[in-house]
Amino acid sequence: MNLSLTVNGAAVTVEADGADTLLMVLRDRLRLTGTKEGCTEGECGACTVLVDGVPVDSCILAAHSAAGSEVQTVEGLADRGGALSPIQQAFIDNFSVQCGFCTPGFLMTLTALIAEDPTPEEEWVKAAVSGNLCRCTGYTTIVDAVMAATGQEVAR
Amino acid sequence: MSDFTTIGFNERKVDGDSLVTGKPVFAGDLDLDHVLHLALLASPHAHAKIVSIDTSRAEALEGVELVLDHRNTPPTRYTTAGQGYPEPSPYDARMFDTTVRFVGDRVAVVAADTLEIAREACGLIDVEWELLPPVLSIDDSIAEGATIVHPEEDASGIFDAARNIAGAVEAVVGNVEAGFADSDIVVETTCETQYAQHVPLEPHIAQSWMDEHGRLVIYTSTQVPFHARRIVSRVLDIPVHRVRVIKPRLGGGFGVKQEILQEDVLGLVTLRTGRPARWEYSRKEEFVSSRTRHPMRVRVKVGATSDGMITALEMDAISNSGGYGTHGLTVLSNAGSKTLPMYNKAEHIKFSGKAVYTTMPVGGAYRGYGATQGCFPLETAIDEVAVRLGVDPLELRRRNHIRTGETSPLFEELGEGRKGVEMTISSCELGKCLDSGAELFGWEAKRSRPKDEGRVRRGIGLSIHMQGSGIPEVDMGAASIKMNDDGSINLHVGATDLGTGSDTILAQMAAEVLGLPLGKVIVLSSDTDLTPFDVGAYASSTTYVSGTAVVRAATDVKQQVLEVAAAMLGSPADGLMLGDERVTSPDGQSVTLAEINLRSLYGADQKQIAATASFVPSESPPPFMASFVEVEVDIVTGKVTLLDYVAAVDCGQAINPAMAEGQVEGALANGIGYALMEEMVFDGSGRVRNADMARYKLPGTLDLAPIKVILVESHDPTGPMGAKSVGEIGINGPIPSIANAIYDAIGIRLTETPFSPEKVWRAMRDAGIE
Repeated sequence: MNLSLTVNGAAVTVEADGADTLLMVLRDRLRLTGTKEGCTEGECGACTVLVDGVPVDSCILAAHSAAGSEVQTVEGLADRGGALSPIQQAFIDNFSVQCGFCTPGFLMTLTALIAEDPTPEEEWVKAAVSGNLCRCTGYTTIVDAVMAATGQEVAR
Repeated sequence: MSDFTTIGFNERKVDGDSLVTGKPVFAGDLDLDHVLHLALLASPHAHAKIVSIDTSRAEALEGVELVLDHRNTPPTRYTTAGQGYPEPSPYDARMFDTTVRFVGDRVAVVAADTLEIAREACGLIDVEWELLPPVLSIDDSIAEGATIVHPEEDASGIFDAARNIAGAVEAVVGNVEAGFADSDIVVETTCETQYAQHVPLEPHIAQSWMDEHGRLVIYTSTQVPFHARRIVSRVLDIPVHRVRVIKPRLGGGFGVKQEILQEDVLGLVTLRTGRPARWEYSRKEEFVSSRTRHPMRVRVKVGATSDGMITALEMDAISNSGGYGTHGLTVLSNAGSKTLPMYNKAEHIKFSGKAVYTTMPVGGAYRGYGATQGCFPLETAIDEVAVRLGVDPLELRRRNHIRTGETSPLFEELGEGRKGVEMTISSCELGKCLDSGAELFGWEAKRSRPKDEGRVRRGIGLSIHMQGSGIPEVDMGAASIKMNDDGSINLHVGATDLGTGSDTILAQMAAEVLGLPLGKVIVLSSDTDLTPFDVGAYASSTTYVSGTAVVRAATDVKQQVLEVAAAMLGSPADGLMLGDERVTSPDGQSVTLAEINLRSLYGADQKQIAATASFVPSESPPPFMASFVEVEVDIVTGKVTLLDYVAAVDCGQAINPAMAEGQVEGALANGIGYALMEEMVFDGSGRVRNADMARYKLPGTLDLAPIKVILVESHDPTGPMGAKSVGEIGINGPIPSIANAIYDAIGIRLTETPFSPEKVWRAMRDAGIE
């Protein structure tokens, strides 16, 4: 069954059967491996992508339900010239990346958050990424990155 | 120290860009043509013998290429522990055995064209089982007449198979009985810690293929590429030189990837079929079939004088090693060796312990490595001594902790599963840790406020900790550096960055010695064909052990650079200065590193400027930490909420302070999870009931207190640039600090983790608090 959607601004049509998840389509068919699989049950958030601007767990989203949608992945965050988005740069500058496996999911959730609220309060940041798990950092530096990327005072 | 140009600065991670842009850097991101997908048939029984196994229906399924089980695989006994050779773990495992020893143990593996087919084929394998009595707890294991988990005769290295003891250790200093008799006060407690899993966000994943020269290549998310090569070579009986292990990025490890769980099977599938193969654990398999933290029951007895000096210490630990003895003895040893030496005023010390077999999931290496389990009763008992003597627990620790220039007899008496090495503490800033931590935390003010009496009661607790910096006289790290014609260097290390940032800090060390900006250091880690040997990332070894190797190699390269420059400048090498990518003579003339290397590679006296250096430490200087926590306990629900967390750490010179703090913060978060939430729950037959992330809860953003980390100023004269290691120590703080804070809040000493609302509530009800 053909599936047509837009991924990082490019229209694509791929073969996908009814049981395929959006994550499978992204990783296996389109070779966009930046999006990670951590649990396959929508608990860890490593697979988060934006579908029409909304963060979703692509590991439990039927691929065909994204038909006709605009999907954005971590590969689509930097601009065409390779310049990092503010939140990507802030993750580097605030040491929010350790192993980096959860990072794409966090970046997508936070990209959506910042689009909705350009200066989110710290508690709102924590709530927004409460569905993204990180085993390395303890989250402090991730919250710092959001504050820095949105021009707010970093607590430390 | 202030004249460093790179060390001590928060240089950005060398791999940060590729990680935030989603580049295909992880083992699972590699796309191989015609790859076989592997699926595991795991044991449904805790303890059973395979009477017969019929794989014919699976093999007949279209798309199935190979089925492996005990009938067609090497019977070699080995240990899955990725430790140095010879491993201090018993050879009690086979690739596939005729007996299974925990729910989740390997029964068979199917290799097929797709994962779906491989999984379907697993369901078509018929196994006839003879059920054996399960051994589901420490008490089951040590009971009179207990079922023997490892009766097989070809196992080796088991301490006492007939009594289910995988490993045992004892270390004695002085005479504890006399010590307790002479003490004014004796406190004794027994604490138990639970089964928990590392839960790296990336489960185990590896791929394999035959290269164009017919050599086996294994591309694996491992902390121990060189041990993986050695063990695969031994188990599959192929020469080391026919195997290449490549470690790409790791999506976290925390110890669980110090275990050879997939590489042997992948290697055999590729050797048999000639095809690439891929094996990725599902999250459930990561929980039930990989490795866990060893649960322990640890009894501690502390004797002290009435003026608050600790005089005698006894620790007795029983560790549940599960179905195999991997890391059993060494984790057990560290319960004592990485805790008791902190109280070195005690003249009488005894540590004894055993790691016992059960038919439960298998313990392995897990950040903290026994110290996490041992410090719980020790720091609880020390706290109780303070309470009984009416001394501030902070002050009691100040009086008793080890200091620079001092030693503990236990350093020599207790190593990792064997004798240790004598060591004088070359740096200990625990005093500063206690002072600065207490100040930031507000210990005095919080301690002097009146006790809460309402429904929600606050309490404060502290504990002190040590770990090590590698395993002395065992661990070896090596580094190679070569310089290029633009003055950049390739830094090749066997050390494995599992997310810790070691690629970056090792690059900083090389850059510091050679006067380079970090951008001119190209790091490669690790590939058994290309990088020199390193034992891998474990035992807090990388900064100290691998780092010293890097400094040595860089120092050698620097000397070669100066010699070429001396010829170019006509000035003796020993008067030249290297910095800012150039060498300057006393008279102010200079040549750039690029010019030096251009000459060396193409001009006069041509040679490659390069060096390889190794380092084996003769000691293991401990990092130290003081950990402070404030909690509130809801006496109606039993819920413990963290209000504040401060950890002050002495890790010597922090190579990259932000990243060192990140190591501590992350370890604390992991430790807080273990203290409050994380627990593998079992049914009556040994099956994990919560093998998924919906029911096994990791701390999220809403579960953690504000965590503040202080790195106190410190310099270890034996370390590279004054550094000690820091990867593990943080994880030890939360359990005892929180336990002591709960005691301060409600007057109850909890002795079993995790401190879940239910446990706290039951303890309060038993104590009559409501």
